[in-house]
Order: sequence, then structure tokens, then C-alpha cells
Amino acid sequence: METAPKPGSDVPPKKDKLQTKRKKPREWKNPESQRSLSGAQDPFPGPAPVPVEVVQKFCRIDKSRKLPRSKAKTRSRLEVAEAEEEETSIKAARSELLLAEEPGFLEGEDGEDTAKICQADIVEAVDIASAAKHFDLNLRQFGPYRLNYSRTGRHLAFGGRRGHVAALDWVTKKLMCEINVMEAVRDIRFLHSEALLAVAQNRWLHIYDNQGIELHCIRRCDRVTRLEFLPFHFLLATASETGFLTYLDVSVGKIVAALNARAGRLDVMSQNPYNAVIHLGHSNGTVSLWSPAMKEPLAKILCHRGGVRAVAVDSTGTYMATSGLDHQLKIFDLRGTYQPLSTRTLPHGAGHLAFSQRGLLVAGMGDVVNIWAGQGKASPPSLEQPYLTHRLSGPVHGLQFCPFEDVLGVGHSGGITSMLVPGAGEPNFDGLESNPYRSRKQRQEWEVKALLEKVPAELICLDPRALAEVDVISLEQGKKERIERLGYDPEAKAPFQPKPKQKGRSSTASLVKRKRKVMDEEHRDKVRQSLQQQQQQQKEAKAKSTGARPSALDRFVR
Amino acid sequence: MKVKMLSWNPDNYVRETKLDLQRVPRNYDPTLHPFEVPREHVRALNATKLERVFAKPFLASLDGHRDGVNCLAKHPKNLATVLSGACNGEVRIWNLTQRNCIRTIQAHEGFVRGICTRFCGNSFFTVGDDKTVKQWKMDGPGYGEEEEPLHTILGKTVYTGIDHHWKEAVFASCGQQVDIWDEQRTNPICSMTWGFDSISSVKFNPVETFLLGSCASDRNIVLYDMRQATPLKKVILDMRTNTICWNPMEAFSFTAANEDYNLYTFDMRALDTPVMVHMDHVSAVLDVDYSPTGKEFVSASFDKSIRIFPVDKSQSREVYHTKRMQHVIRVKWTSNSKYIMCGSDEMNIRLWKANASEKLGVLTSREKAAKDYNQKLKEKFQHYPHIKRIARHRHLPKSIYSQIQEQRIMKEARRRKEVNHIKHSKPGSVPIVSEKKKHIVAVVK
Repeated sequence: METAPKPGSDVPPKKDKLQTKRKKPREWKNPESQRSLSGAQDPFPGPAPVPVEVVQKFCRIDKSRKLPRSKAKTRSRLEVAEAEEEETSIKAARSELLLAEEPGFLEGEDGEDTAKICQADIVEAVDIASAAKHFDLNLRQFGPYRLNYSRTGRHLAFGGRRGHVAALDWVTKKLMCEINVMEAVRDIRFLHSEALLAVAQNRWLHIYDNQGIELHCIRRCDRVTRLEFLPFHFLLATASETGFLTYLDVSVGKIVAALNARAGRLDVMSQNPYNAVIHLGHSNGTVSLWSPAMKEPLAKILCHRGGVRAVAVDSTGTYMATSGLDHQLKIFDLRGTYQPLSTRTLPHGAGHLAFSQRGLLVAGMGDVVNIWAGQGKASPPSLEQPYLTHRLSGPVHGLQFCPFEDVLGVGHSGGITSMLVPGAGEPNFDGLESNPYRSRKQRQEWEVKALLEKVPAELICLDPRALAEVDVISLEQGKKERIERLGYDPEAKAPFQPKPKQKGRSSTASLVKRKRKVMDEEHRDKVRQSLQQQQQQQKEAKAKSTGARPSALDRFVR
Repeated sequence: MKVKMLSWNPDNYVRETKLDLQRVPRNYDPTLHPFEVPREHVRALNATKLERVFAKPFLASLDGHRDGVNCLAKHPKNLATVLSGACNGEVRIWNLTQRNCIRTIQAHEGFVRGICTRFCGNSFFTVGDDKTVKQWKMDGPGYGEEEEPLHTILGKTVYTGIDHHWKEAVFASCGQQVDIWDEQRTNPICSMTWGFDSISSVKFNPVETFLLGSCASDRNIVLYDMRQATPLKKVILDMRTNTICWNPMEAFSFTAANEDYNLYTFDMRALDTPVMVHMDHVSAVLDVDYSPTGKEFVSASFDKSIRIFPVDKSQSREVYHTKRMQHVIRVKWTSNSKYIMCGSDEMNIRLWKANASEKLGVLTSREKAAKDYNQKLKEKFQHYPHIKRIARHRHLPKSIYSQIQEQRIMKEARRRKEVNHIKHSKPGSVPIVSEKKKHIVAVVK
């Protein structure tokens, strides 16, 4: 090496070459330099523009969060990760171009009210394949029906109050099984695939094969009124008349948690698909949120003046719709403030609520179903004007939108009706998650992978991304412990050591002068900071004092 | 009214014939893929567990030597050839793919102290306790010919190590002093020395090829410049260094294997503080060798194990041990960075995988994709306590395990005393010396 070795003991060797290079934003080439041989220029230079909302959808890092001060290496790694995340979210937003299908829609002409359009008109106006999706099954003999679609939307299971249980592929109308269980059926649910059914019968919970063979009778879950299946945790949540919320792990067959809700009979239950929290509605107007990891509810929300009769949560976990005995239908904001966003008084109380994948809300009031739609996928449904309405031949007992289809399934006392609701279903499914066109082999592979990545029940909490956050408390605790153990703080700024200089600039006096300079600078910084803090405090005090008018209740403010 | 219903054409979603691939449309919308973080966590946990399940690093043991293996050398051009010298003067050339010995030479009387190959791969040099340096041909003797060295040089003192220049026809030997020899001459072109004690090993720098480093018995590491024929500078440590190894990717960085159970990575430009102190062995570290990537190195120790360390971390990522392997004298990392060879004093050379759970051979593209995905998952979740616990877990023989516990207690006791000393003296009177600086005595230019 011809160059002299670098002096100084506090000069670390350059290790940046070994670490990941800091990613600079890519600079696009100067358009003038890209002229082709013919002299033609690109009329749209630079990368294609991407809509900002789409990019926002794919952003996962919450940049507003403040992290504690970390070492330079960690900070540079975080910056690299943030730059990468921006790039990848732009790429993912571009890949949206490849999505082949468009969602359905229904628009009235000349100010026509879409609510006045009846199903027969829609059936006439659409193609044969879609028209075939509208059908009525007249089953008056075996009582009001409850129904459930499988996760892919291909299979439908329904159970009548007098014991009639059937499962079929409703697209091809091929019946898989049809049995009578000789007992009252209160609720029915598919488990993780169309191969298994859970039926809440009068006394106990039974699990059936899709051929009608009874596989299990779970006596610990007795007098179950409602069932909910959490697909990524393989948990079947049951709400019973005895007031217990029981979680059953269907992959190992164990009861993970049996929680006493301490609120009497439970018959209003819904799950939040975003974070797998169970919402229970009670007769004192509250909705409580439960997770199997905790014996107490995660949260209790006061929703209605009377009892809560129905709860539904949309697929992004942002909005919760509730309806109560006070004839109100309310939509609450679940992320952030738990406040009602909109309210509507219904002439008849809604006993059943359901959200579709694209955010449409359906309410079953007696024998009428009303569907409300929002502006786009992200906004809550506006409760002013219903989007569609339909009258059925009997009072409604079960409602569910079919996933990935523009179809609403209604179970009522006259049987099953499948209604057309344009714009309800998500048009582009992901082949590796729920694929309605999967073959037997694909289903088997998917089942194995889903079982391998089954999320343990202890991880259910209000924020599913909590595991990815920096554990600030443990970090601070660890720092304190390290200082105690070592006797000094290894990350504290080392006291300033003036660099040794040549030609007499390192004499004692000049060293002292240099040290003094740095000390004074730091002192000035400290004083400036404390002044700023004082000013801020004064501002806050003033704001508080000039805000609200003093009232008699101020004495109770802490 | 305008109405459009969502309807799929099955032709776009179902394959045409049984011989086609299945169609898998993708939508990366996060609402369709809920629970990303918990699912990835579970996948990372599974990947870490499977890595431990498939961790079977031992490949083969080459036996044939009749005395402990004292030195190892790699062939510069041929991955399958390795040379070893034993304590009875025997030199063997092995073929790693067939796992047999292809040639045996009785090279010296007494120990074979050092062996090194020429950069072209046609010949190799050995030094022994009989004060000779011999050069041999890499190909065996022809039919009817005797096994004779190409060239023999008789010296006056015992030579303890030898290393060949990476580009020129020059080699260096060490004993009482460091000698630089030209291949054609019988006398060294220059001799360099600094201090009065014997020198145990010498190594040429692979990048800046005129630099040499040597370790002497008076606890110092001396760096020499061949062009000026002078020593450059030296660093004196607490205890003697057994060998050093230069980083093949960074010209100025080398790692020293020391008797005080540690390894020190130095930056040549600033020798007063090591860049990193690697502490994991429980007995003297006898040899160190870098991976050709320059990111990791392997160390052989008198406790009967070899450890793989990343360059920038002070803890080892892997430890290999066997009941049959006794004190490991030499270790080498093969030039394709996949295998590690170690020679021990129970006459065997063992071949290990550098990545214990790696699948050898050609991988299909799906296997590669799954492997890369699992690697990235393990990296992303490596700090989570459950996953860290599983990834770090290694079975250790009882002797090493109990030694680790004992040494931890001793270290804790020492640290407690230092902390108390600092606490109960006037603040600032007792200097706080970082762990890195503790082991360096002096740097002399």
C-alpha cells in the first residue's frame, strides 16, 4: 500500500463495504440522453405514474411512531429498510395492473332509485351464468334455516331448526350430503375446508363429514347458540346459553379456553376477520371483545340503549355495525376511537347483519333485507339510502354474503334464497389463499401449509401487527440492567478527547482551550433545550386554561 | 339501469388438460392476506426448527496417518486435493471426492512443521525438524522412479513454518528469524527479525501480496514489508499468538488465534485496538482460517472443537465436535467456501460442511426458492426470544459445557470486582478500559 496508514486510535476501519449499501432513491436517466437512432424521444419520460392511494394500501411501516434512540448501525439499517419498503410498495402498486377482473356494479338511469330495482329485473338484465346464481330453495317442512358459505365460496351448508342439515356445491348444484340429525339445529359452520361441518345441536356440538358421517360429539360445548370459525388459528368459537365462550382447536381437538363472559345467555356473536377477536353482544347494550389469551374482555363498548341484537364487522376490521332493540343501526369505528360514525333509525329492528368483502352492509329486518353501499372499498356504507332491498317469503334467520361472488345467501323460515347483489364480491382472488377453482391436489397442499402455519391462540390481540413492533419496554429494561451490571453506560457519549496535533498545537493550554470550547457548546445546547421545554409547557398551560369554560365538574378532573 | 355482475370464465381459471400446470392468479392486497406478521413468525419458527433437524455437518474422516496431523495445505487450483503433514515426517496427498489417500511421502525425519503449495499448483514445499526445506512435485513420480524432492535446502536452524507468495516465485520461512527465499537460490534473499524469540508462523497477505505477518513466542505479532525488507510494526498482546490468517477480501484485516482462548481481528492500520474480540473457546486457539468470502472464519482449539465465527460478531455461530476428535491442530476452509477440513492429533483429518443444514448437490428452482425464503425469514425474526433460543441451541460435550460454566463464573467474579473498584474510588481515578483494549499491551512502530 503506497498510502500511509491512517492515524488516530478512534478511527474505526471502514466496514461500510461489507454492510448493505444505503439505498439511494433511484435517479432516472436524463430523457435527452435516451434518444434513439431515429432521433425520436419517449413522449412519456420517466417511470409510469402510480396512484398514491394504491401505494398507501401496500405501506406497512408506521412512520409516525417514535422509536427510542439506537446505535448508528441500527439506525442506518432502519433507513435502508424504510427505503426498501417504499420501493416494494410502488412495485406492488404497479402489479395491480395485472388484476384481470372488475367488480360488479348497479346504477340506476336518470336518477332512478336502485332500491326500487327488484331481483327479477336484475336476473333479466344479466347473462345466463349470473342469472343462474339466483335461486330459491323452498323448504317449509324443517323450519327456519341458518346457512354458511365455505371460505372459498364454492360450497354452501345449511341447517334447519327441525334437524335438516345439507351441504352442497351451490354453483354446480351438486349435493354433497343431506341428513336429518333428529335434534334442533341452532347454528352450522364449515371448518377450514368444505370437508368438515360443525353443527350446534340442541344439547351438544357435533362435527360431521361432508358426506354426513358424524365424526365427533363434543360434550364440553353444551347448549351452543352461535358458532364462529377463526380460519388462521383453526379455532372454533362457541357461544352458549350458559354464558360461556369456548374456543376449540380443531387441528388438535383440544379446548384452548373456556371463558365465562358473566353476562348471561350469549346469543349474539361475530368475529373480526382482521384480528380474530370475537365480538359478543349483550342485553345491556354493550358489545364486548374477547381473545382466548385473556380471561377478561379486551374491551367493552356501550352501543345501544336496549339489548344488542346483531353485530357485524367488515373484512378490514375498521367498521363494526350493530343493531339493537332500540331500533337503531349504528356503525362504529374500530381502529382508533371506538365512536359511532353514523346512526340510522329503522322502522323494524334488525336481527341480522352482515358485511360483504367490498364493504356492503346487509340488515335482515323481519322478512325484508336492506343492503347499504359505501363510496368505495375503504369508506363505510352510507346509511342514507339503501342500495337494494328484497322481501322474502318468511322472517330472516341467517345472512351471509358469498365470498368472491356478487351473491347474498339468506336463510329464512321458507328455506334458502340466493340473491344477486352486484358489487358485493371481491373480483380478484389470490390463488394461494382461497381459490374457488382449486383442484383436489391444490386443496390438499393448501391444507398442509395452513396447518403448518397455524397461528397459536396466544397471539390474538387487538392489533395483529403487535408482534412486529419494537418492544420498547424490554429495550429500556435491558439498557438499565446493562448499566447496572457493567457499572457504566457503554452507550453514553464518551467525554471529548481532543485529537493530538502537530507543530505545537497540542500544548496543554491549547488542549484545555479546545476542551472548554466543546464543553461550552454542549452547555449552550442544554440551556437552549431547557428554554424550549419551558416555553412549550407555558403554551400548554395557557391552552388548557383558555380552552373550556370552568364547570362544576372540574373538581373531578384528575 | 346499468348492471354488471361479477362472473368468471372458467377457461381462464381452470387448466385445459391434465398435462398443463395449474393456474394460480395472484392478488397481493393485504386485506386478502390477513395475519401477515403472526403467520410469518410461525413460518420462521418452523424454518429454525427444521434447520436444527437437518443440521448434520459431519461428512467424512480421512484416516491413514500414523501420527498426529501437524499441518494442512490446500491445492490452489484443484478443490479435491489436500495435503497434510504428520508428526512422524510423513506427507500425504488426499483426494476429497474419493476420500482416499493418493500419495504418501516420507518427507522428513521428525515433525513436518509446515507445508505450503506454490501458487501454480505444480509443486509444494515442506519444512521439518531436520532443518531442511524440501520442494516436491505435485504429480507423483513416474513409473519406476523414486520419490525424490525437486530441491532440498539445508539450513542452520530449525524452521517452524513456511508460506509461499501468492503471485511470485518467493517463499518465506520462519524459525529464529523470518527468511524470504527465492526459489532458485539456496540462501535467503533477506532475513528479518525484531526481538529475540523464536517465530512460530508466517503468512503472506493474499491481496497486498508483499505484506507478511508472523507470530513470535514473545507474545507479539509482527508485520513485514517484503519490498523494503524491514518489519513494519508490531503489536504485543497479553499471551502468545499461535497463528494469524489474513482476510482474503479485505487487504488490511487479519485474525490472530491466541493462547488466551480468544481470537482477535485487527485492522493493520490501527493495531492498538482490535476490531473485534471473538470469545467462545474454552482452551487455547491453535489455528484460524478464513472463508473465501471473507465474511466468516473457522478456528481450531485445544478444547476438542472447531468454531465458526462471523467476522463482525464476537460469538460463534456454529461449533463442531465429535467424541473421536481430540485436540484440533489445524483447520482449513475449502476454496469453494462449502467445506471445512480439520486435522487433529489423533491422526485423522475430518471433513465438515460449513453450513450444517445445507443440502448438497444441485437444487431444483423450487428448492432454491424455498431455501431463500426460509433464510430471509430466519434473518428477519432472528432477534425474537423463542426463535433465538432455538437457533442458538447446540449440544456440547460435557467437558466443554462445564468449562464454559466455570469460566463464566470466573469472568463474572472479575467483573464484579472491577465494578466495585470503580464504584468505591474517586470518580474518574480508575480508567474504564473497554474489553477490546484490555488484551493489548503495546504497539510498536
